[in-house]
Amino acid sequence: MPIARSSALLAGFAAALALTSCAPKKDTIRIGEFASLTGKEAAFGQSSHKGTLLAIEELNAAGGILGKSLELITEDNQSKAGESATIVKKLISRDKIVALLGEVASSRSLEAAPICQAAKIPQVSPSSTNPAVTETGDYIFRVCFIDPFQGVVMAKFAKDTLKVRKVAVLTSVSSAYSVGLAKYFKERFVADGGVIAVEQKYSEGDKDFKAQLTAIKASGIDGIFLPGYYTEAALVCKQAKDLGLTVPVFGGDGWEAPQLVEIGGAAVEGSYYSTHYSPENRSPAVTTFLAKFKQRWKNEVPDAMAALGYDSAMVLADAMKRAGTTEGAKVRDALAATKGYVGITGTTTLDASRNANKAAVVITVKNGQFKFVESVAP
Amino acid sequence: MPKPTLALLSAFLFAFGVSLLSDRLDPYYLDVVIGVGINLILAVSLNLVNGYTGQFSLGHAGFMAVGAYFSAAISLFVAPAFIGPAGTSALSQGAFFLAALATGGICAASAGLLVGVPSLRLKGDYLALVTLGFGEIIRVLFQNIEKFGGALGLNRIPAYTTIFWVIAFLALTLFVVTCLVHSTYGRGFLATRDDEIASEAVGLNPTRYKIVAFVIGAFFAGIAGGLYGHFKLTITPTGFGFEKSIEIVVMVIMGGMGNTLGVILAAVLLTLLPELLRPIAEYRMIIYSLLLIVMMLARPQGLFNFKFGQTRS
Repeated sequence: MPIARSSALLAGFAAALALTSCAPKKDTIRIGEFASLTGKEAAFGQSSHKGTLLAIEELNAAGGILGKSLELITEDNQSKAGESATIVKKLISRDKIVALLGEVASSRSLEAAPICQAAKIPQVSPSSTNPAVTETGDYIFRVCFIDPFQGVVMAKFAKDTLKVRKVAVLTSVSSAYSVGLAKYFKERFVADGGVIAVEQKYSEGDKDFKAQLTAIKASGIDGIFLPGYYTEAALVCKQAKDLGLTVPVFGGDGWEAPQLVEIGGAAVEGSYYSTHYSPENRSPAVTTFLAKFKQRWKNEVPDAMAALGYDSAMVLADAMKRAGTTEGAKVRDALAATKGYVGITGTTTLDASRNANKAAVVITVKNGQFKFVESVAP
Repeated sequence: MPKPTLALLSAFLFAFGVSLLSDRLDPYYLDVVIGVGINLILAVSLNLVNGYTGQFSLGHAGFMAVGAYFSAAISLFVAPAFIGPAGTSALSQGAFFLAALATGGICAASAGLLVGVPSLRLKGDYLALVTLGFGEIIRVLFQNIEKFGGALGLNRIPAYTTIFWVIAFLALTLFVVTCLVHSTYGRGFLATRDDEIASEAVGLNPTRYKIVAFVIGAFFAGIAGGLYGHFKLTITPTGFGFEKSIEIVVMVIMGGMGNTLGVILAAVLLTLLPELLRPIAEYRMIIYSLLLIVMMLARPQGLFNFKFGQTRS
């Protein structure tokens, strides 16, 4: 009897699985999105999703594209490895999407890329900066700059603006992003005549950095390069101040989150990071975007992930309009031909490696606010 | 021919039959089925250690990582030198995949032996902690080895895993575990679990039984890892963390420790459940966890364990 009950249960689940699939509606263009809406990197995933959704809603309010309205189908990967491959297959085979948007984290974009490439579905990543992502194949694009460029930007900024000569590099070994960024920074900084006095390592989730910072302090440096994510960056700044280290600390776009100031407080004042856009930019495109975003999402100020999420959807829509169709190969060719598209995060031109060449901005923290310092062109 | 061997051969035939149809199956359903199959191999092999032999191991994802990394390394770095990048026949591809999986399995089994020999003299909570620590060490090691891609892991692994390989290796796992446990030798596993001192008194060597169970469990975890790597096409160290080990342990506990049929049903259920709950998006993990709590309260002996206590009487 209990066996019969449990097999009935299983049969029920199988039936439910069959029912979850639904046939695509006739006159919509289905665009898939996979994002880390929950889990460790939910802050990035949520931001990016809000930007993407706003773009889709805006396009629909303006009458859609190619005479059809757009439908965004979003799936969450819980920031977990292995999940993205499954949901991207689902989006392609069950939901019949014509193009895919996502992800923030490079490792998860890399999971989806071979699947999109095999299915000939164009994928546009909003903010994966690791070079390996678009190397997967000719259907994989991104609308942000890549880490080698970001590393160069911060090396130049350290040398020319901060005028530091001897720096320490503190890398997160558990993040491919951090390791890559550190490598490109070091190459450029040393080539420009700078000295890397000491290199220290940590892992994401670490809370105590006193040992690394003591070693850094002993080496007598005049700056710390800290490529990593906001939580650890804030903690490092705090503990550096406690140890009496007053040299400037600077990092990359992984710092960009309100939590940096919430956790770091006064300690992150006067630190710098490079990112994709600044809400302080007074260009008309950014001003309208800011107003629309605040209206749609309860007065929230969009960060770089939101702006890139918005741009990724807009660049895709622009390519579909130019292609005149949603057919994979044609959209891919149109995407590859993207030139001088003016978006929120600057002018997007996709190069032969399907990466965007665009300017980076450097931001500093002042009175608990993110302030624009300078813009660095490629 | 003995019945289990016949069952194994017919399972291979069945796998071959299904693989002929796999082109017509929906890729998403195929993906889910392969995912279920890999989790089944993991759960059934862990059941040999945690269920039948009564040793609480929390390091199964670590062995899976060893298998995944080494078999992917064979496919990525060694195989191209022999078969070249293009123009490979399905047969040579299959042979190399089999070799890659075997290497992964053997590496994982060696890791199992390495951890097992010193730590299996420990009992209960202590062993759980040692295996937990081992799993973390493996993850951190792969994270720091440049050759294995560091934090980004390995990507562009060839897509060799098909439904055929998964069903075939699942059948093999079931065959080995079932035959082993039901053999005269295998009764020693149950004896070790039920009463270590008594089994020692009748002349059995509990530590040896524990190590054998551990090594065989690790071997199949390594195979599952290899299948996983060639299925997801990219592996990162974070994917083989503590959470993955817990996931497999939950399947074993929910199915009823030492009950292969129960563990199979639990693994199928726990892999399908998150997929079925997908429509409710962000809340699905809450519902999933709630279901786990309710199920464990209602059936603490294991959801599908209907003959609990029989092996003890």
